[in-house]
Amino acid sequence: MGNLKLGFVIWNLKFVILTSMFSILQSMWLVFLHMFHKRETIQYPEEKVKLPARWRGRIVLTRDPDMGERCVGCYLCAAACPVDCISLQATEDENGRRYPEFFRINFSRCIFCGYCEEACPTYAIQLIPDFEMGEYNRQNLVYEKEDLLINGEGKYPGYNYYKVAGMAIGGKDKGQAENEEPPLDIKSLEP
Amino acid sequence: MEITFYISAAVAILSTMMVITRFNIIHALLYLVVSFLSLATVFFIIGAPFAAALEIIIYAGAIVVLIIFVIMMLNLKGDAIDQEREWLTPQVWVGPAILSFILFAELVYVLGSGNAGASGLPNQLVDSRAVGKSLYGPYILGVELSGMLLMAGIVGAYHLGRQKKKVIHRFLEQKQE
Amino acid sequence: MTEPINPWFIIGGVLAGLLTVAPGLIWFERRLLALWQDRYGPNRAGPFGVLVVLADTIKLFFKEDWIPPFADKAVFVIAPAIVAITVLMSFVIVPFAPGVIVVDLNIGILFFLAMSSMGAYSIILGGWASNNKYALLGAMRGAAQLISYEVFMGLSLMGVVLLSGSFSLQDIVNSQKGMWYVVPQFIGFVTFLIAGIAETHRLPFDIPEAESELIAGFHSEYSSMKFGLFFVGEYLGITLISALVVCLFFGGWLGPDFLPPLVWFILKTFVFIGLFILLRASMPRPRYDQLMEFGWKIILPITLLNLVVTAVILLVQSGAVMNIKF
Repeated sequence: MGNLKLGFVIWNLKFVILTSMFSILQSMWLVFLHMFHKRETIQYPEEKVKLPARWRGRIVLTRDPDMGERCVGCYLCAAACPVDCISLQATEDENGRRYPEFFRINFSRCIFCGYCEEACPTYAIQLIPDFEMGEYNRQNLVYEKEDLLINGEGKYPGYNYYKVAGMAIGGKDKGQAENEEPPLDIKSLEP
Repeated sequence: MEITFYISAAVAILSTMMVITRFNIIHALLYLVVSFLSLATVFFIIGAPFAAALEIIIYAGAIVVLIIFVIMMLNLKGDAIDQEREWLTPQVWVGPAILSFILFAELVYVLGSGNAGASGLPNQLVDSRAVGKSLYGPYILGVELSGMLLMAGIVGAYHLGRQKKKVIHRFLEQKQE
Repeated sequence: MTEPINPWFIIGGVLAGLLTVAPGLIWFERRLLALWQDRYGPNRAGPFGVLVVLADTIKLFFKEDWIPPFADKAVFVIAPAIVAITVLMSFVIVPFAPGVIVVDLNIGILFFLAMSSMGAYSIILGGWASNNKYALLGAMRGAAQLISYEVFMGLSLMGVVLLSGSFSLQDIVNSQKGMWYVVPQFIGFVTFLIAGIAETHRLPFDIPEAESELIAGFHSEYSSMKFGLFFVGEYLGITLISALVVCLFFGGWLGPDFLPPLVWFILKTFVFIGLFILLRASMPRPRYDQLMEFGWKIILPITLLNLVVTAVILLVQSGAVMNIKF
């Protein structure tokens, strides 16, 4: 019994000294070699980070190809927003075309979940790969419509809601949209 | 050099008195450490640096740390301090105080009358080589005896700390009783 | 270096040097750790990010200096001071170059051991005075670890003391002119290094702090400059152990003549500081009982064996064996 114990201690000693000391030295050496590896850091302000196109960053309101506002003030984005950071008021112009009277996003609340973009039926509200929107004053994070509107079509170029929707507005009657036939005269007997 | 001796001696006496009178045991032990440190300084000044270093390493550095270690595990707070306060009444400490004061007076008398106090501080230095030579020369018996004592302590500690190997499962053990 | 330098200059120089090195090491460590983790580390403030030290210090100074109401106030305040004082006191015996030493005590190494054993109090008292269960756990681990490893630390040094025949570090360095003691005392060097890491409770052995289990252990209640003192004490401890390893095993200031002795000393010391940081970068923390087992069951027998073998060889070499009568 005593002999066995002593033998175990000696075996243990040998094991620890030979095996684990070698493995410790080896791991130290491998870590040391990392000195000569490539750095992973992106030196941010000088070197910009490359973001994928679908990255969810700053929210913008896009325009049609003919530079009309895409937003039709349907409130779906505000309803979808889990933190209630979007507020807007819809109105109509003289042609019967709906647009938001004001459109306000409080970015100090926004969690950039992208639900508003998913809810939007007209591709108007979009999240773009830009995150550089730090402010010293919290109030400056409340973006009004003029801050949100961009002069571009965002991720869906060429899409024009009123050109594909069947709705009649001033300057475009029913049946005049793309891929749309003129409405049937239901009073006529012709096939 | 003399003035430092008297200062550290005074610190030693004061801190030792604080050790006795503190109710909080950790504070008392801290004063004990201070007392050891000042004693080490005294040793250093009177020319025994080896003894001074050992005093700090062994007493202040190891033994008191172990005592504090044990006391920390006991978690003595609040109640224990009050208990100490109750125990340390004048009728408890007056007797020993008078007796030790008599001893102190005798010590002062002996130091004053003989030639022990007259020579002042010794100037020669007792280095580690001299300590070793005297330990393993004239005092070899003491070293051997204390070595035996320590060995007995180690064997005792091993015996107390040894874990008995359990052969019977604990359920069966209960049934047997 | 023939005429002795005014000791006050040495004291001032050593203090100033150490108190710049200690915060500087924070930057050095962060840069080196980053290097070994494929990052850059702090590189913005000032050249190579050196001024991050200044930012850290200013931040520490202006934090709220909070003493918890449930703490033992006096002890709580004393504890961080102890670690800084004892480590700084230990530097008294380190010879930086021939003649550049604060005081050449003839018990040099023993003085260092005494001071490092006093350093254990800062952990114990800090943890106890915080009156917090994690701090207390850290303090108890710290006490056990420091006491155990101090034994091996002292024993591992004794081989060098035997070879050089002196406790004074200056004599030890001078006696290494022929060969550095790392060659005959390799086991002593390894065990001293391990004990030194445990004594400064640096990262593989940072069991009293153990961020992930004990939420910083003994200093979890400390803030502001009280925490800063623990911090500085730790970095000073690294410097001290590195300097002692250099003095005891790597010939101190000795080196080829093209560089002055002080530069050799600093270079060698920084190599060992780098080794400490490499250990932090590469080693996982052992469990508490593994640490104690490693100390008492492996290092203690090795150091004792080393000491006995060294003593026997010396005895045989000196021819004293022939004179022993049985």
